[in-house]
Amino acid sequence: MPFLTSRSRERKKKDWQITHFPKHLTIVLVLSVVLLGACVLASLIFGARLVTQDQLIAGLFHSNIDSYGATVVRERIPRTVFSLCCGAALGVSGALMQAVTRNPIADPSILGVNTGASLFVVSGIAFLNISTAGQYIWLAIAGAMITAVFVYGIGSMGRDGATPLKLVLAGAATSAALSSLVSAIMIPRTNVMDQFRFWQVGSVGAGNWSAITTFLPFLIIGLVVAVLSASALNALALGDEVATGQGVRTGILRLIAAFAGVILCGATTALAGPIGFIGLLSAHLIRLVLGPDLRFIIPMSAVAGAIILTISDVSGRLIGSPGELEAGVVTAFIGAPLLILLAVRMKVRSI
Amino acid sequence: MKPAHRFQAEEISAGYEQHTILNDINVEIPSNQINVIIGANACGKSTLLKTMARLIKPESGEITLDGKAISSIPSKQLARVLGLLPQSPIVPEGISVADLVGRGRFPHQSFLQGWTKKDYEAVAEAMEIMDITELANQNIDELSGGQRQRVWIAMALTQQTDILFLDEPTTFLDITYQIEILDMLTDLNRKYGTTIVMVLHDINLAARYADHIFALRQGELIAKGGPSEVMTSQLIGDLFGLHCTVIKDPVSHSPLVVPKGRYHV
Repeated sequence: MPFLTSRSRERKKKDWQITHFPKHLTIVLVLSVVLLGACVLASLIFGARLVTQDQLIAGLFHSNIDSYGATVVRERIPRTVFSLCCGAALGVSGALMQAVTRNPIADPSILGVNTGASLFVVSGIAFLNISTAGQYIWLAIAGAMITAVFVYGIGSMGRDGATPLKLVLAGAATSAALSSLVSAIMIPRTNVMDQFRFWQVGSVGAGNWSAITTFLPFLIIGLVVAVLSASALNALALGDEVATGQGVRTGILRLIAAFAGVILCGATTALAGPIGFIGLLSAHLIRLVLGPDLRFIIPMSAVAGAIILTISDVSGRLIGSPGELEAGVVTAFIGAPLLILLAVRMKVRSI
Repeated sequence: MKPAHRFQAEEISAGYEQHTILNDINVEIPSNQINVIIGANACGKSTLLKTMARLIKPESGEITLDGKAISSIPSKQLARVLGLLPQSPIVPEGISVADLVGRGRFPHQSFLQGWTKKDYEAVAEAMEIMDITELANQNIDELSGGQRQRVWIAMALTQQTDILFLDEPTTFLDITYQIEILDMLTDLNRKYGTTIVMVLHDINLAARYADHIFALRQGELIAKGGPSEVMTSQLIGDLFGLHCTVIKDPVSHSPLVVPKGRYHV
């Protein structure tokens, strides 16, 4: 290795650069637009009934035509929009949780936050007789928050604080305990059971315009907070001490960013049920291609999440045909192996 | 030349959870000088540095900058005066040298404002000082320990603070790199007048590079001043419980501690 001292080197002119935009950003953007379009189309076309091109066009642009196929397409529109919104929310939620815990395998489902939201919603149905999406949402967010605090609390006990491994263990244990509670509440109540059997797996099939309008404010607040905190989260990625030295109030930042992450996944869980691994998948994929800058990871995770969830939903419809397989089942099938792969590859190294 | 600041720790007590490490310490950091905190393991030298750099909230007492409590100064504004390099910062996977160094500009940037000429100049200058301009486009993972440490210091430098805290900046480095890093910090101090406050493990390097030494024993400040006044065999005995002779370093003419042992008396 050439030995560099300040005397012996030649001073070079500026031939370095700061990466303002990640190397593959253009390709990724183009690819996302294409994929987004493709999965929206697929979501409108595929399902129990395959629609033809004419029916698709009729359903989308000619509201006066009332053929069966056109109606099917029209009914699939809100479902598709809903799945895009939920995917975006889960993607960003995952990216935020990874940044806040500085843990590459954080995700609402792995940390048990989804299950906490489920428990609260199920309890609400069983004991408080709630039934509207607006009520579900608040309960789910409350449940998600309490669980998040609880899991982080347990995970950070002991000597070296909240290590990735401890957080995942705390999340898994909490999740297991809470889901048995969910079962305990549901099983003896047949009416709740019916209402919740499908919700519990996680599905965007119930998406309609009213669910979307209930969901939208939470999505927007969550996304705005996430994007605004991205550059401070970049500082946090260098460690708490460096971040503090750069003028970041790490406690407040963590609180705000975690709050946004919890709102996003809580609201999604309320309306679509606990869908796992979207955050893990999308944030990872984006970090892999775009690098470590959270100002890009966060918004692009929204896009990736929307695409992944919609593809999962469509694949579920195709695999389960003539019925359908819920998106939550599909994402778990893709996500679980990825989690194992990641854990092995980085030996739970922190990001 | 960087402006002079009056930086003081007044009757500081601090520690971790129930365990108090510092007891009523009073420190005033001489401005525009190289200050080194020395002491045995667990004497509280790192705690003192961290408390002054606001990583630890003191249980009692106050840290003041030009007469104002640092807890009352907005954190980003304070970050433009007070920089810090902790002992083990975290490298984000796959980041380039220039990008990491550029991260130091955070306290100077606002949300929508892009990179200004000033930001670029700060990065260029810091990389120049730490002699890493050639490495700028490389990935951090490809660097040696000594190079990495220079990158981290460069990141702290881009923050362009008047005061810079460093927690054991030479630990885990070979002696060559230790000298190199300390020479560069000295350049920084002599050229720009940056006030440097650091913890060093090696007392002889401390004696060689410090303008001013703070000696800590069990959470108390037992000596301070220029190395040639402070570094006596008496003090080293008090600090480390070590028998030694202090001679004059033939190269730097600073005090040189020569330890004694059971076989070498």
